[in-house]
Amino acid sequence: MITLFLLGFPLLASLLTLASGNKLASKLALVLSVVQLAITAYAYSIYKQQGAEAFYFFQEWISNPKISIHLGLDGLSLLMVALTNFLTPLIILSAFNRTIERAAGYFSLILLMQFALNGVFMAMDGMLYYIFWELALIPIYFIALRWGGPNRVPVTLKFFIYTLAGSLLMLFGFIMLYWYNPNQSFDIRDLYNASICACKQGWLFWTFFLAFAIKIPIVPFHTWQADTYKEAPTQGTMLLSGIMLKMGTYSLLRWLLPILPAGVAEWGPLAITLCVVGIVYASVIAIMQQDLKKLLAYSSVAHVGLISAGIFALNMQGFQGSVVQMLAHGVNVVGLFFCADIIFNRTNTLNIDSLGGIRNLAPKFNTLFMIVVLGSVALPLTNGFIGEFLLLFGVYEYNTWLSVFAGLTIILGAVYMLRMFQRTMLGNVSENITTFPDLMWNEKIVLGVIAAVIILLGVYPKPVFDIAEPALQLILDKSIVK
Amino acid sequence: MTEQILHDSAFIMPGILIPLLPLIGFLINGLFGKYLPKAAASWLATSAILGSFLCTVYVFMNLNAADSVTIDLFQWIAFSKVNIGFSFLIDPLTVVMLLVITGIGFLIHLYSIGYMHDDEGVTRFFTYLNLFIFFMLLLVMGSNYLVMFIGWEGVGLCSYLLIGFWFKNDAYNNAAKKAFVMNRIGDLGFLLGMFFILFNFGTLEYGAVAEQASKLTPNSMLLVAITLLLFVGAMGKSAQLPLYTWLPDAMAGPTPVSALIHAATMVTAGIYMVVRSNVLFAMAPHTLDVILIVGVATSVFAAVIGLMQNDIKKVLAYSTVSQLGLMFAALGLGAFSSGMFHVVTHAFFKACLFLGSGSVIHALHGEQDIRKMGGLKKLIPITYLTFITASFAISGFPLLSGFFSKDEILAHAFEQNKLVWGILSISSMITAFYMFRLVYLTFFGTFRGTDETKKHIHESPITITLPLIALCILSVFGGILGLPSVFHATHLFATYLSSVTEPSKAFLYEHEAISHSAELMLMAFAGIAAIASIWFAYQKYVTKGEQPADEASLTGLNKWISNKFYVDELYDKAVVKPMLVLSDLFMVVVDKLIIDLSVNAIAWFVGLTGRITRLFQTGNTGFYIFAMVLSMVVLFVIRLLA
Repeated sequence: MITLFLLGFPLLASLLTLASGNKLASKLALVLSVVQLAITAYAYSIYKQQGAEAFYFFQEWISNPKISIHLGLDGLSLLMVALTNFLTPLIILSAFNRTIERAAGYFSLILLMQFALNGVFMAMDGMLYYIFWELALIPIYFIALRWGGPNRVPVTLKFFIYTLAGSLLMLFGFIMLYWYNPNQSFDIRDLYNASICACKQGWLFWTFFLAFAIKIPIVPFHTWQADTYKEAPTQGTMLLSGIMLKMGTYSLLRWLLPILPAGVAEWGPLAITLCVVGIVYASVIAIMQQDLKKLLAYSSVAHVGLISAGIFALNMQGFQGSVVQMLAHGVNVVGLFFCADIIFNRTNTLNIDSLGGIRNLAPKFNTLFMIVVLGSVALPLTNGFIGEFLLLFGVYEYNTWLSVFAGLTIILGAVYMLRMFQRTMLGNVSENITTFPDLMWNEKIVLGVIAAVIILLGVYPKPVFDIAEPALQLILDKSIVK
Repeated sequence: MTEQILHDSAFIMPGILIPLLPLIGFLINGLFGKYLPKAAASWLATSAILGSFLCTVYVFMNLNAADSVTIDLFQWIAFSKVNIGFSFLIDPLTVVMLLVITGIGFLIHLYSIGYMHDDEGVTRFFTYLNLFIFFMLLLVMGSNYLVMFIGWEGVGLCSYLLIGFWFKNDAYNNAAKKAFVMNRIGDLGFLLGMFFILFNFGTLEYGAVAEQASKLTPNSMLLVAITLLLFVGAMGKSAQLPLYTWLPDAMAGPTPVSALIHAATMVTAGIYMVVRSNVLFAMAPHTLDVILIVGVATSVFAAVIGLMQNDIKKVLAYSTVSQLGLMFAALGLGAFSSGMFHVVTHAFFKACLFLGSGSVIHALHGEQDIRKMGGLKKLIPITYLTFITASFAISGFPLLSGFFSKDEILAHAFEQNKLVWGILSISSMITAFYMFRLVYLTFFGTFRGTDETKKHIHESPITITLPLIALCILSVFGGILGLPSVFHATHLFATYLSSVTEPSKAFLYEHEAISHSAELMLMAFAGIAAIASIWFAYQKYVTKGEQPADEASLTGLNKWISNKFYVDELYDKAVVKPMLVLSDLFMVVVDKLIIDLSVNAIAWFVGLTGRITRLFQTGNTGFYIFAMVLSMVVLFVIRLLA
C-alpha cells in the first residue's frame, strides 16, 4: 500500500493545487510536497526494517499485450525517489517571493511532474515505465512553453521533438523486447531473464541508448539543452537538470545494462568514449560562456557525462559513484540554478561580464553560493568529491588512459567555475548593479538546506552506499556477459 | 596487548582535539563571528591553535619514537570493494609536522592579531586561518592517502580564499584562481596515483601500502608510475618546476598568510607526502632521479630569479621555491630525514623572514618595493635584528640552524654525486647573496621613501615582535636538533624519525659515508662560501651603495632574469590562450555549426519529406488509381528480377 500511496500522493497534490486557486497554490503545493517528503522518509524506515520486498506491488492491467502495474522500490529506486521528493519542495519554495502568473497551473504542473518522476523510478514493467517516461515530458513542456523566456516557442518545440524522437526509438525497442523474450511480457523480471540472442542485442542497444543519451544528454545529443535551460523558467530548469536528466542515467542502470549485456559489451566501449569526450568537450566550452545559465548547462553536460562514463565502466565503484553523483549533481545543480535566479532577480542580467562585486553587497549569499560551487568542483568533504572520486576510479579500472582524459574535468571544472564565481561575485561592484539585497527567507532556507546536504553527504556518504549496494550488485551481475 | 590498547587510548582524546579545536574555532567565527567583537574573534581563533599546540606537546611528550598510533573515526567511503576509513595516524613524522603547524601556526595567529588589527575583514581572516590549520592537520594526521587528500585540497581552498582575501582587487583574485588551478593540475596526478595504489594494493592505508609495495621488484613499472604521479601532486603543492608560478603570485595574500601557508606549512606538504611514502619512493630509484633533477633545477632557477626581484615579498617567495627545491633534492638523494630537517629549520627562519617583511610593510604603510626602503635598522630595531638573524640562518652562516640542515643535504650530495653538490653549493651562494641584497637595501644606507612616510615609521606592537623574537631564537638554535656526527652528538632529529625512514633503508643504495675530515672540509667550505657571498653583497650594496637598476634599462640576461624568464608569458601563450581559442572553436564551429546543424538538418529533412509526400495527396481518384497500377507493375518487375 505504501508504494501506491507514495506514487499516488503527488497526483492528488497536483489536482488539489490546481483546484486551490492562484493565491493559495504555492503554499498548498509546498505543504503537500513536504508531506510527500515525509512519506518518503517513512518509506525509508520501512525499507530499513523490511527491505525492498515490502514495496512489491503487482496488478494485472492489460492481458494482451501483457502489461501490468508492477511497482517496486529497491535501493536504487528509493534513492532516486528520495532525490525527487527532496528537491521538489525546495524547487517550489524557490518560487516564493517571485511573481508567478497563473500560479495554480504552474505549481500543479510541478507536482504532476513529481508524480511522473516517481512513477519512472518505481515502475517495474517496461510499458508502465514508458508511460511515466513520456508523461514526465508533458508538464515540463507546458512549464517551459507558458512560463518561459522570450525565445521559448522554438526552443521548447525543439526540446520536445528531440526527446520524443528518442523516446519513440525506445518504444520500438520495448516492443521488440516483448516479442523476443520467451514469456512475452514487459515485466522487468521477464526482461532480466530473457537472455536475448546477442545478435539482436547490438541494434537493440541503440534504440535504448539514443533515447537515454538525448535525455541525459551525452555529447553529441546535447544541443537542445543549453537553450532549453536558458529559456525555461527557473523551476523548470531545476526540474530538468536536477531530476529529469537522472531519468536517463537511472534508466541506463535499470533498463539498458541488465537487459542487453551483450549489446553493452559490443557498444559500451563506444558509449564510454563518447561520454568521456563529452566531459572534456563540454568543460572546454563552459570556460568561455558569458551567459550564466548556459555556462551551468555546459558544466552539467560535463558532470552527467562522467556519471554515464562511470555506469559504462561496469564496476561497483563506477556504479556507486554514479548513484552518489546523481544525488550530488541533482542537489548542486538546483543550488547553482537558484543562485543564477537570485542574481537575475536582482540585476536583470545573466551576462557574467556585466556582473561583479556582488560579494560586497550580499555576504550571506556569497558564502552559500561558494559552498555550492565547491560541491560542484568536487572539493573533498563535499558530495561532489565522493561521486567524482568513485566515478574516475571506476573509469580508471575500465581503462587507465580514459581516466586520465576524464580526470581533466577536475582541472577544467575549477577553471570555469572559479572564473564564473570571480566574474559575478568578486571584484568591485559592477556599475550595472545598484542594489543587491541579501537573501530573503525562502532563499536562505533553500540554499541553506542545499549547502548542508552538500557537506553532510560529503562527510558521511555511507548510508547511500548501504542502500544502493544490493540493487547495484544485482544489476552488475546481470550486466556482465559471462 | 591490553597494555598496548591502553597506551593507544591515551592518545585518542588529544589526537581528536588537535584538529577539532581549529574546526570549532572556524565554526564559531564563521557562523557567529559577526556578533562577536573583532578582538574576541581573533583571540578565540588564536587560543584554538594554542590548544592544539598544547595537545601536540602532550602527544610529543608521551609518544615513544618507535610508536605509531591509529585512531579510527568512522568508515568514510566504504562498500563491498572499497573500504577507506576516516582515520588518523600519529607517529614521529606526524608529530614533527604537528609541532611545526600548531607551534608556528600559533605564533602567526598571534602576529596576525596585531597585523590585521585595522582590517575590516579581520574576523573573516581568522575564520579562514583556523580552517586552514584544520585542513593542514588533516593532511598530516590522515592514516591513508585519501584523508591526506582531503587536507591537501582543503589547504588549497584556504590558500585560494586567503590569496584572494582582499577580493575587490582583481589581480589578487586572478592570483588566487591561478594557485587553485595549478594545484589542481598536480592534484590530478595525486588522484591518479591513488587509483593505481587502490587498484593494485586494494588499500590506501600507508602501512599496508608500504607492505604490499615492498613485495614488488624495485623499479617496476607500477612503482615508478605510482611515485611519479604522486610526485606530480607534490610539484603542484610545493611549487616545483614547472608548476611553481603560482607561488610568487600568491604573495597577493596578507603577509601572515605568506608566512604560514606559502612558506612554513602548506608548501612543504609535498615533501611530507614523499617522506610519508618513503618506501615506495626508495623502491623507485628512477623516480628519485627525476625528483633530484627537478629539485636541483628548481633550486637554482628560483634563486637566480630571486637576484633581480625588487618586491620584498617576491624575493622571499622565490627564495621559498628555491629552498623547496633543495628539500626535494635531498629526497631525490634518498635522504628523507635530511629533507624533513630542512623543512623544520626552513619553517623557522622563513616564517621569521616573512613576518619580518610584514613588520617592515606595516611600518611603511604598505610599501613593498625595496627601492623605496633603506636605513630602517635604527627605526625598527627589533624587526631589523630578527630579520638579519634569520637571513644569516637561511644563508647558512656557521652554527645557525640553516647551516646544519643545508650542510647535511650537501654532504649527502657530495657522497653521491659531485655535480649535484656543486650546483647546490652555487645555489646556496646565490641565496646568501640575494638575501643580503635584500637586507642591505632594506635596512642599511639611507631611507629612499618620502619624508611623509618616514615620519610615521615606528616599531610594531608586541603581538608582532614577540613571534618575531620567538622564531628568531628557533632559527638560531634549531640546528641543535640535528648536529652532524663530527660533533660526536646524537642527531636527535634523524633518531626521532628513524622508525619512519628505517623501512626504506633496505632499498636504497648505500653510499659510503664521508670521513669526518672530509665533512669538516665541506662545512668549512660552505661556511666560507656563505660568508663570502654576504661580504660580496655588502661591498656592492653598502660600500658602493648600488641600487637596483630600473627595469626598463635592463638588457640581455638581466632583462630575462628580471622578467622571470618570461615563464608566465610562455604559459599564457602556450596553454591559456589556446584553451580559450579552443573553447570558442568548440562552441561556434563544432557545437553550433556541425552538431546542431545536423540535428536541425534531420528535422528539416523530415519536414521536406512531409512537404513532398503532401504533393501526392491530390484528392484526384484517377491519380490514385494510376499510382496504384504503377506500384503494382514495379513490384511485379522486382519480383521477377529477384
